[in-house]
Amino acid sequence: MRAIGIVLAGGNSNRMKELSNRRATAAMPMVGGYRAIDFVLSNMSNSHIQKVAVLTQYNAKSLNSHLNSSKWWDFGRKQGGLYLFTPTITQDNGFWYRGTADAIAQNLEFLKDSHEPYVVIASGDCIYKMDFNEVLSYHIAKRADITVVTKQLGKEEDATRFGTVKTAADGRIVEFEEKPVETSETMISTGIYVIRRRQLIEMIERCIEEERHDFVKDILIRHKNVKKIYAYEMNSYWSNIATVDSYYRTNMDFLEKETRDYFFNEYPNIYSKVEDLPPAKYNMGANVKNSLVASGCIINGAVENSVLFKEVFVGNNCTIKNSIILNDVYIGDNVYIENCIVESRGTIRANTSYKNEGEPIRIVVEKNERYVL
Amino acid sequence: MSLSILLKKNTNRIKYLGKMIHFFRKEWYNSSIKLTRGDYVIRKEMIAMLLAGGQGSRLGVLTAQIAKPAVAFGGKYRIIDFALSNCINSGVDTVGVLTQYQPLRLNTHIGIGIPWDLDRNVGGVSILPPYEKSTNSQWYTGTANAIFQNLEYMEYYNPEYVLILGGDHIYKMDYEVMLKFHKANKADITIATIPVPMEEASRFGVVITDETKRIQEFEEKPPKPRSNLASMGIYIFSWPVLREALITLKDQKGCDFGKHIIPYCHERGDRIFAYEYNGYWKDVGTLGSYWESNMELIDLIPEFNLYEEFWKIYTKTDQIQPQYISKDAVIDKALISESAEIYGEVYNSVIGAGVYIGEGAVIRNSIIMDGSYIGDRTVIDKGILAEKVKIGNDCQIGIGEEAENKWKPDVYAFGLATFGEGSVVPGGIKIGKNTAILGETIPSDYPGGMLESGGSIIKAGDIK
Repeated sequence: MRAIGIVLAGGNSNRMKELSNRRATAAMPMVGGYRAIDFVLSNMSNSHIQKVAVLTQYNAKSLNSHLNSSKWWDFGRKQGGLYLFTPTITQDNGFWYRGTADAIAQNLEFLKDSHEPYVVIASGDCIYKMDFNEVLSYHIAKRADITVVTKQLGKEEDATRFGTVKTAADGRIVEFEEKPVETSETMISTGIYVIRRRQLIEMIERCIEEERHDFVKDILIRHKNVKKIYAYEMNSYWSNIATVDSYYRTNMDFLEKETRDYFFNEYPNIYSKVEDLPPAKYNMGANVKNSLVASGCIINGAVENSVLFKEVFVGNNCTIKNSIILNDVYIGDNVYIENCIVESRGTIRANTSYKNEGEPIRIVVEKNERYVL
Repeated sequence: MSLSILLKKNTNRIKYLGKMIHFFRKEWYNSSIKLTRGDYVIRKEMIAMLLAGGQGSRLGVLTAQIAKPAVAFGGKYRIIDFALSNCINSGVDTVGVLTQYQPLRLNTHIGIGIPWDLDRNVGGVSILPPYEKSTNSQWYTGTANAIFQNLEYMEYYNPEYVLILGGDHIYKMDYEVMLKFHKANKADITIATIPVPMEEASRFGVVITDETKRIQEFEEKPPKPRSNLASMGIYIFSWPVLREALITLKDQKGCDFGKHIIPYCHERGDRIFAYEYNGYWKDVGTLGSYWESNMELIDLIPEFNLYEEFWKIYTKTDQIQPQYISKDAVIDKALISESAEIYGEVYNSVIGAGVYIGEGAVIRNSIIMDGSYIGDRTVIDKGILAEKVKIGNDCQIGIGEEAENKWKPDVYAFGLATFGEGSVVPGGIKIGKNTAILGETIPSDYPGGMLESGGSIIKAGDIK
């Protein structure tokens, strides 16, 4: 591959509510055994991008420990590798990353030292499968300066949390609005960009001079009339998980066979850090319906339309409905949980009940003492 | 010596979690590298030699294409994982795996040892197949002969002790504790033993010890056992002792530890001690014991617990996605591995990774290994299905009265229906008990759509 990768994984979102207290959005556990960033890293690895930088800032503890070895995504090579860049104080800079462009600017050496002609920039909080080579071919065929991967949202979906895009017939972007208050547009930017490396360096250097810090506002929108910025529309599954609602919905999408087959049973694979957990164990009284169960779980109760992440313990006579139980949660006996997301490493006391009362999805954070096990 | 004192000080000072210290200390303990005359001379305190070349013919069609240590166990594991995990958990980071029979699957499973953290700069795991020599070439003719043929490997690491292991038991054991016992007794050889019920002792090789645990006598399958300490086939040798014995007995035909090396050492008066191990230890040598020990994992609190944080068992995992349990599925007492898709009913069974169980299918008391496919409405009772077996719709397996297997009555017993790797059974077939199937079968292989109890159909592999 003739590109290097940059994954923007520094952000958190207040729309993730309590879930973002614990970790950056890119480190959110996904679909039982994964974390959100696995999807973009696997896409890059599968597209033969060998050198990838992950830019982190907000609460990167989970993310760092997840990325403590690059071998799971096959980046542990002599050529290239996986680079983690957190903000550091240097001779001429004492700031945190003040925006996406600033994050790249502070690591400009990485770009300058590389020899690959192109750069693929993507965010760490989107769930999709993509061959970046196809975007790159499109980029080259269009003689574009920047290619933005776009996605047509359904009518019912909220486009205002994304950048909306309007294209000419040939695919060139003529209008670009970042997080508009109201919009009738349904075509949005997925935050995946392909750009020539030297072009990017040039643009970033200009941003540094002018003290501008945001990639979308200060590069894409400002250049849309002078540079050829093209849209590459993707038609396959794509979901950004940066709100509680979309996080919940994306996980639940995997209860559909179609989604599972697309991500897991079709080439290429999605990789993740392997933890050596035993198979899930179903004891007497377990009654599991239409659910995803990760390894290391021990189930004694009823589970319906739910996703159980790794090492969840479900006590006797429990009922769990339409819920997401994150890693290593212990649920005591006779517990009722409906329409909830239970934060990881929680302990739910026996004989308690959690329902979404009013809110669409309730987030449960329980730090009780764990008596058993 | 100075290193261990230094580490002792550090462990006192730094209040890590107990477990962390355990591993940290062991790690350094064993990878000591000595400096002499400007060259780094590698010196490992103890290395392990893992015998994984056996076929395990009593596992029948399960080992038709793969060596016994590579047979799947407990859903996602393979039998060799237990010995390899014990090694790394005991701080033994140099392991030679001796392969001979059908090693392909074993080789791909072990690779460079990443799952067990045995990918090391110095040491790690090495696969040791028999090789051609300038003067003669031979297969491994016996356990000790196999070790002798890899004398160079051991000399390279120049260990103080050599641990000899088999790759076909299910257990968790700290070899370092055994090594301490070996050192404390100033032993030449230490044999791991396990107490067995006196009435079963006649099935094992037992040792008779004095009060200091020094072995006085050996008895192989004694009709009237005088001791219930059975040898587990795990030995620690002081390296010079092992080296000398192997070289002396190098011309012995089929040189074997139990039959030749140990008696030889015993005769010349070496200090041989019995280390008593008290824990779960299971030989999965027959289909019956293999089935049984899988079923034991399903118990509410199994004697052999895979769910403990301490002493983890590692394995190579390709599939990591969660399993899916459909809205019509029923699961009662089962172990189910990653990426399985269950649409039918599963009772009291062990299901491997990526297994598909169709709608209306009913699986009872069975072991289904990685990647197998069970068609809709198929009913299986007491079946052992190796990897990538495909059973069509509407089959009934494990039905009817028991009858002795006509081909190999001693192998295919216990009322089990056993399917070798990659076997295919077309739809609508009925299969009885004590049966064996290997290869792609077609409807005409089943007169009247039925394989009676005790029947076998072998259409693949070079199984005798």
